Amino acid sequence: MQEIAWQASLVLMALVAFGFVYVAINSGNREADFAPLQKRAYRLRTRLFWGLALTFGPTMIYTLISLPYDAAHAREGTGGTAQVIRATGHLWYWELSDNEVEVNRPVEFQVTSADVNHGFGIYDTDMRLIAQVQAMPGYVNTLKHTFSKEGSYKILCLEYCGTVHHSMIAELKVVKQ
Amino acid sequence: MANSTYAPMPERGAPIGVLAYLVTTAAVLLLMMVFGLLMRLEQAQWISMGAPWFYKLMTLHGAGMVGIAGIAGAAVMWYFLRQYVTLSPKVFAANLALFLIGVTMILASVLFGDFHGAWTFLYPLPGTSLGMWSEHAAALFMGGLLVIGVGFLLLHLDIARAIVTRYGNFANSLGWPQLFGKDDGNAPPPAVVASTMVTIVNVIGLVVGASILTMMLINLYVPAFDIDPLLAKAMIYFFGHVFINATIYMAVIAVYEILPRYTQRPWKANKVFLASWTASTLMVMFIFPHHLLMDFAFPRWMLVMGQVIGYLNTVPILLVTAYGALMLVYRSGIRWDMSVRLLFVSLFGWAAGAMPAFIDGTISVNYVMHNTMWVPGHFHTYLLLGMIAMVFGFMYYLGKPNRNAADSLADRAAFWAYTLGTVGFTLSFLYSGKESVARRYADHLPEWLPYDRIGSLFAMLVVGATLVFLVRFFARLGPARRDRARASLAVAGAAA
Repeated sequence: MQEIAWQASLVLMALVAFGFVYVAINSGNREADFAPLQKRAYRLRTRLFWGLALTFGPTMIYTLISLPYDAAHAREGTGGTAQVIRATGHLWYWELSDNEVEVNRPVEFQVTSADVNHGFGIYDTDMRLIAQVQAMPGYVNTLKHTFSKEGSYKILCLEYCGTVHHSMIAELKVVKQ
Repeated sequence: MANSTYAPMPERGAPIGVLAYLVTTAAVLLLMMVFGLLMRLEQAQWISMGAPWFYKLMTLHGAGMVGIAGIAGAAVMWYFLRQYVTLSPKVFAANLALFLIGVTMILASVLFGDFHGAWTFLYPLPGTSLGMWSEHAAALFMGGLLVIGVGFLLLHLDIARAIVTRYGNFANSLGWPQLFGKDDGNAPPPAVVASTMVTIVNVIGLVVGASILTMMLINLYVPAFDIDPLLAKAMIYFFGHVFINATIYMAVIAVYEILPRYTQRPWKANKVFLASWTASTLMVMFIFPHHLLMDFAFPRWMLVMGQVIGYLNTVPILLVTAYGALMLVYRSGIRWDMSVRLLFVSLFGWAAGAMPAFIDGTISVNYVMHNTMWVPGHFHTYLLLGMIAMVFGFMYYLGKPNRNAADSLADRAAFWAYTLGTVGFTLSFLYSGKESVARRYADHLPEWLPYDRIGSLFAMLVVGATLVFLVRFFARLGPARRDRARASLAVAGAAA
């Protein structure tokens, strides 16, 4: 997902840059009568509008089909019922009801906080962020995830929580069933 | 035809109040940029100040930059809006005075009280520090924000008064008779439409912000006065989102007003323009749930609304303001100087930054990008290369000695250094975000350091270029006060 976001951003920013560079290069040779130029530009704008609507519109709808809030977001694994992990954020450590989960079996993280806002970010063995949810006092946010690879994962705090925020890291082991 | 005919616009000197705002902007901006650079250098492990100082600078950098963006945006809006309505210089001055009082309180809270709960002051962090700062320090910080907010509220109420006095009501000053009826060509000028929008959203945003600040101040000393953390977060992000976005909508008035003077082409408020500003008025207020996409407890429909409005919000930016500027400049024979260069690039910065921003507002992307460096990556693009470049363009416009004054080599070099520096700096942030580098970390993992080091080098370039812009601005404070023609007139056959 990160790769797609990065490439899509680069392409879109490059298109915007192209428009600006093109106009800057063609800013000389004044067309004294603005009205016909304006008319042509408005026609082009209508086309651009429909271009935007036809690319952004379906993308927006497509990305709303599967949301991380849905229970179905956790991939169906091979192994039965979900494992429940209660995760509580404290200044400045994570309290996990268990720090070991099974691979290919859905995990339900019930995330909350005992004090301030924290962010429960799951990093894989390559330190890539694969899922997150906010840890809030007074609320339990349920995050469902199925790990497809064994190994040592890290839980990083992703909401600024004070002086030792950057060291609020826990380990989660994903093991064979 | 009326929409394509340019009527010459007056070019007036800046009142002392506007210059006071800009001088304050220059001083605080430079200091906050240096703080930002120090934070990058710390993350790059090229210096060592320790986590408490990193977070103190982070808190000051956030609060200072947001505040100064408001002050600079207000200076632009006030300068141009007074052509059309009668504004109160006293209220304008009162806002700056309250701003300076608020800044002093914030500085004292951080530097003497050790407060470092971030400018977003997320409840209940300010009152829950494990002894890292006292409740008095937290109160001083939030009190400072409250004082600044009250100043801006007064300013916007005065602007509201002036607009309503001249146009009768906000519907008229948003151009609704022309939008929903026949466009008789008499819609208010873009500066008035934009100021109306900003006034509406900021009055509401500031009242919400002041409410949560007051609630939290009471809670600091009376803990039994309990606050729902999710409600507090929603109120803070509503206020924060509205306020920071309003700074761009204020600063862009410089583009609407200055580009026509250079191109001798009008920027008229036609139906599409009016529709987009009315839509933006609503969108900027209802988009805020995109800050809460990872708060699964928040109502689902509001989170979906956050994503949908995020996508829609790109349309006015791209197809109305950015495209409108391109239309004005294309084959205009414009004579490029520092002011129009910066204004032109500022629209690129705004439009380009909106791309990774709306992508971040996609819920499934936010799931793996929220609170990574991707976020400062996109907002630095549209604030540093967008909003702040608009302000620099405005500063160069005011200080320009005459129509034909040429830019020095140092100015032109600074322009390219600023542009390239900001692009490199923001791309290093975005790339870090793609690589899952967490945001707001004093200490970075070894594998994250290369991005920090590249970002630091580009940040140095930005600070150096800014120094040139500001030295030039200070050197031209005298000429900035005088009424005279500044904009170089476009000529037939002029080269780019």
